[in-house]
Amino acid sequence: MAFDPVGDYPLGTQRPDLVRTPAGLGLAEVTLDALRAGRLEASDLRATAETLRLQGEVARAAGRRELARNLGRAAELTAVPDDVILEIYTALRPHRSSAGELEALALRLKGDFEAPLTAAYIREARAVYAERGLLSPE
Amino acid sequence: MSEQRRSRRFVEREQRELRQELLITPHPDVGLVAMNGPNDPDPALEIREDRVVLLDGRSEDQFDALDHFIARYGLDLDVAAEAMAIDETELAHRLVDVDVPRDELVRLGRGLTPARLARVVALLDPVEMMFALKKMRARRAPANQAHVTNLKENPALLAADAAEAAARGFAEIETTVGVSRYAPLNAMAVLVGSQTGRPGVLTQCAIEERRSLQLAIQGITTYAETLSVYGTEPVFVDGDDTPWSKGFLASAYASRGIKVRFTSGGGSEALMGHADGCSMLYLESRCLCLARAAGSQGVQNGSISCVALVMSVPAGSREILAENLLAAWLDLEVASGNDAIASHSPTRRTAKLMGQFLPGTDFVTSGWSVMPRYDNMFGGGNYDADDIDEWLTIQRDWQIDGGIEPLSEEEVIRVRERAARAIQAVFAAFEFPAISDEEVEAATYALDSRDLPDRDRAADVAAADRVLAERISGLDVARELDQRDFTEVAEAILGMQRQRVSADYLQTSAIVAPSGEVSAAVNDPNRYAGPGTGYRLDGVRWQRLQHLPHELDLRTLEEAAEAPAKVVAEKHVASMGDRPDDVVIAVGPAFADGLQATIGGMAHRDVIEALMGGVREAGGEPRLVRIRRASDVAFIGHDGAALSGSGVAVGVQSKGTAVIHRADLQPLDNLELFGMAPSLTLDSYRAIGRNAAGYALGQRVGPVPTVMDNFARAKLIVHTTLLHARETAAITADAPAVELELL
Repeated sequence: MAFDPVGDYPLGTQRPDLVRTPAGLGLAEVTLDALRAGRLEASDLRATAETLRLQGEVARAAGRRELARNLGRAAELTAVPDDVILEIYTALRPHRSSAGELEALALRLKGDFEAPLTAAYIREARAVYAERGLLSPE
Repeated sequence: MSEQRRSRRFVEREQRELRQELLITPHPDVGLVAMNGPNDPDPALEIREDRVVLLDGRSEDQFDALDHFIARYGLDLDVAAEAMAIDETELAHRLVDVDVPRDELVRLGRGLTPARLARVVALLDPVEMMFALKKMRARRAPANQAHVTNLKENPALLAADAAEAAARGFAEIETTVGVSRYAPLNAMAVLVGSQTGRPGVLTQCAIEERRSLQLAIQGITTYAETLSVYGTEPVFVDGDDTPWSKGFLASAYASRGIKVRFTSGGGSEALMGHADGCSMLYLESRCLCLARAAGSQGVQNGSISCVALVMSVPAGSREILAENLLAAWLDLEVASGNDAIASHSPTRRTAKLMGQFLPGTDFVTSGWSVMPRYDNMFGGGNYDADDIDEWLTIQRDWQIDGGIEPLSEEEVIRVRERAARAIQAVFAAFEFPAISDEEVEAATYALDSRDLPDRDRAADVAAADRVLAERISGLDVARELDQRDFTEVAEAILGMQRQRVSADYLQTSAIVAPSGEVSAAVNDPNRYAGPGTGYRLDGVRWQRLQHLPHELDLRTLEEAAEAPAKVVAEKHVASMGDRPDDVVIAVGPAFADGLQATIGGMAHRDVIEALMGGVREAGGEPRLVRIRRASDVAFIGHDGAALSGSGVAVGVQSKGTAVIHRADLQPLDNLELFGMAPSLTLDSYRAIGRNAAGYALGQRVGPVPTVMDNFARAKLIVHTTLLHARETAAITADAPAVELELL
């Protein structure tokens, strides 16, 4: 059944068939019995990129394109390890990175993590940081 | 120069708690002006080739980082030309026009600049703002958020308080720490407690961003609202962030399935020394445009921790309400402050609160202190545990849902104990420093953390470090609870992990019902369009909120009445007295019959004996009569006087109100009236008897001294009404008075 971003929200109750954990478990499989049987991993209990993209569609259909864009970047970041996430955050803080370092980060996001939206976002930051004196020296 | 003589009233007022606060004249140069500051830029927007080249007084080459961010991500250029062309007054009208739907205003708002948005809401008066907020709130049903902390960072007490908060209906619970290394344990205690009290409650721990994100990744928290943004670039940079770093963080949280809202609020820029000469509302408007541009689903706003600063300038409360309205107009979820202490004065605090309470917001407070203020570590507690009955009563008074439910003492004790036991089991499972049975009991029944034993803080902090080092997760907590007979709590915690998978609560204004069903602006949108539409507190929910545990059920009152020993006997229809010393004591229809005591608790027999004794002391001859045709004290007294040989009578109602009357006076006139029944003593009744005899015998009489208690009415008006209703019910129409004998 095709996804209807207006009628199929909340996904968890309306369209559980569309929701999976990263390891492929369905929502109905996230149970105490599964926990007892050792079938659940903490690292597996999070949204997938696909789920976040569906939520992005829901947001867009509700007229919230900024939230949808945010969820688009979030979908990309599901593939990025925790420590890299924290590294990028630190790099985006004021006076932490040179233009070259931000550009390298953007390239890495695009190349290693297939995260073009986030990469573009970082490039936009780089341009504004350069204008506003928020970069660190090269 | 001699010292000027002071008015004692002015001196007295200076001692009131309100006067501990400083009120100041506006000082726009440092940002101490509420709205419409003289230095605020004129609204302006110029677009060239799909690019914003002029925004609110600055051309592109003068943009700061915030302008760039808003221009790039925060304006809908397809709507901008249309929206910016609409007259400000016309936009203000549409905000309060019940026939202009919310969706249309949201659409237009997307094309308005920060300066224009601020100007438009500033055109509304407070009631208009409240109406607009009611209409513009994103989610249909309002909710509330709780704060749970304690000075000892005692985990059993944190869990018990979180459980009570959840059971009382708070949709979100926020905790924080005194010592930052405690964060993992505090967050865990609040997770366990909240899910014990009511499944589905979202929880967070307010700490430094990296640590906060880490706890969320481990599934110990489910939301964050610490993403503070500011309205000027220097303050942003002083906060060690940029719009891009905050925006990235928002996406990072979302990528881990964590709900996020930003935080902003008027006065923060002035406090941090870089308001750039602009008004609080204009700078907040920039914050809100930025929050939406970053893709945040919502904000915590309405001055928040700077509330007392905003309220030091004229129109401060109105500015704060304008902030909340602006956020709602921008289609953001609003957690509307009322957490930090707004004033020393309870009157002023509550006057400010009404701006959010009556219209309702997504979270009426962004932190209602479930524990006494002593234990609030947010520097807050604008409303706290001591105020719970006030809050519930005000909800009941206005028929307004402020998001807090009444709960019986037994039920509160039950959930607190269960939660303290659950966290005790979790600590045992992970071999954290044990939580003793004594702590569980203290946490269940405590007033505050002073009732709890001290813990080994060094050992607790070491355990907290283990949570991070060993990556102990929400799932691990659920597993251990399941194995220790806390299956229902384990199931609820697992339910929250499931929410992270479906990520439904990332949508605007999302909260989670105990069933796991998410309710957000998407599936429960506010479509208020006039009376009878939108959210109304009625049906089952109204029944739930109106019945407070200490409410008196009148039916139980009726049942409690049992037949007492007889005090008087009716002899015969009362005759006209003929002796000059005859003083009639006229009692009401239910006196010493259906009713047995006055509102002041005086037994009717004692009252009769005091009155008759007083008459005799002054040389009169008392005669006891019951008036059956009237329950009003004036008529009881006057009817008695008409039967009295001396023409003087004492009339007394069952509730104790008394009058000395004379036959030649009009019924509603009198010699002396004693309306303050609750403060009358047996000595008073004796003195009333003496005075009545004095009038009868033509002596000089000084009025009986009475005490005035201005609160008696508020305290006793319900009792008065109930007693009087029974007196009135005992009336026999047209029946003559009867003479009574005291048994």
